[in-house]
Amino acid sequence: MALPPLPRPYQDTAAYWQAAREHRFIIQKCSDCGEYQFYPRGVCSHCLSSALDWQEASGKGEVYSFSINYRAPHPGFAEQTPFVLALVTLAEGPRMMTNIVDCDPEAVKIGMAVTVTFDDVTEEVTLPKFRPA
Amino acid sequence: MANALRDVAIVGVAESDLGRVPDKSKFQLSAEASRLALDDAGLSVKDVDGLFTTIITEGGQFSSMMMAEYMGITPRFTDSTSIGGSSFVVYVEHAAMAIAAGLCDVALICHGSTNISDRGGKGGPVSQSTEVFGPTQFEEPYGVSTVGSYALAAQRHMHEYGTTSEQLAEIAVATRKWASLNPKARMRDPITIDDVMNSRVIASPLHLLDCCLVTDAGGAVVLTSLERARDLKKAPVRVLGAGEAHTHRMISQMPDLTQTAAAISGKLAFERSGLTHADIDVAEIYDSFTITVLLTLESLGFCAKGEGGAFVANQRTAPGGDFPMNTQGGALSYTHPGMFGIFTIIEAVRQVRGECDNRQVPGARIALCNGTGGTLSSTGTIILGRD
Ligand SMILES: [Zn+2]
Ligand SMILES: [Zn+2]
Repeated sequence: MALPPLPRPYQDTAAYWQAAREHRFIIQKCSDCGEYQFYPRGVCSHCLSSALDWQEASGKGEVYSFSINYRAPHPGFAEQTPFVLALVTLAEGPRMMTNIVDCDPEAVKIGMAVTVTFDDVTEEVTLPKFRPA
Repeated sequence: MANALRDVAIVGVAESDLGRVPDKSKFQLSAEASRLALDDAGLSVKDVDGLFTTIITEGGQFSSMMMAEYMGITPRFTDSTSIGGSSFVVYVEHAAMAIAAGLCDVALICHGSTNISDRGGKGGPVSQSTEVFGPTQFEEPYGVSTVGSYALAAQRHMHEYGTTSEQLAEIAVATRKWASLNPKARMRDPITIDDVMNSRVIASPLHLLDCCLVTDAGGAVVLTSLERARDLKKAPVRVLGAGEAHTHRMISQMPDLTQTAAAISGKLAFERSGLTHADIDVAEIYDSFTITVLLTLESLGFCAKGEGGAFVANQRTAPGGDFPMNTQGGALSYTHPGMFGIFTIIEAVRQVRGECDNRQVPGARIALCNGTGGTLSSTGTIILGRD
């Protein structure tokens, strides 16, 4: 069975993916300007500071937009198609791409409250996804 | 800057073979389009001293060096800005700036792609990667695709403004009508709103007929100073205004899914041209998807935000409508080799020259082109006018 493309952790992102493996959802907060950001970077995208802290996020958010995808963009998605591609606005503010899982795709709505869940895709890689809250 | 750009003109445009061209490489398509565009201008490859190109698929590294070498050109101005399908529209601004500053005399913008032949003649996914390095590792593992990204924008626009699939379909239907008037268009049979609505959903809310074609194609555009242009074969088409911007790379980072960078690049192009929306006779708006057009028309200010659906209703953009748009049949029905921007310029120039036969917009003097690249990420807007 083909796997979807999976992240290769690097300097900016290793801590995030390690936490995901441990079923923890962490995001970065800037110690200088106080803004949260997603995705993880080596600097703050609001003020360019390198003083970033990892914070345990609430794991709560709401659907900003979504699309039910009927065509697999890669052989690794063949078995899960149709799937829900979504943008979720986290309670902390930043937006991220994810999948909405554990529900009928037709039931997904913009504004729907969702909460993080962890998909252990392989022994090394866990993807944070979201399900109805 | 506005005055400097006005002293530059587009003097040659051409397409290569279009559609399915399995026996020619993307490099050859780019070079053959270049030869034809130089012929159109009455210039030769020996005259070219500025080169602007990018290839984003296999074999495209160091694009401008590679294409210069392929065609035997030694440019003294070179630009491989790579911001997706809008790159070629943005090159018009860059080339005009370089010519106006005396950094080069004859600028060649070229593009070639074998997007359909590369896939063994089929549309659909090509990605086989298993490991993702860099920020896209926060999108690709979730199954992001181009159509999926644009679908997110469409869904959000529908949610915020009540835009409907029927309204998006108006764009596909009108564009097909233009294609039926263009012998070079790939899809020429008329379609109806129902045909679009009944075509299969690829990524909700976008249907198959909301999506651009996948083809092979090359195109080229030649610019020089207005002074030199006046001695060449065809009537010069002046660069009256230009603007460029990008707001993000990945759709998850787009500040507002219902507004593109055209709100910036379009404003700049209008300001620099000293023209208003009412002055535009014909619009060539990059149509990777129907939603791309709707968002762009709003972002450019042809209508208010949220009113794009009403704006395109009743076949307003079709032949005979009061807003002629995508008059060669667009990426939806004419050709789309992965990056479409250069074809908006080619058609705009032909319209302004009055070369478009039975799809000619009567009396067209001023045209606007808007290219969109990435996932609604980058835009280039140019306004062109008869000398
Ligand atoms: Zn900061
Ligand atoms: Zn020879």
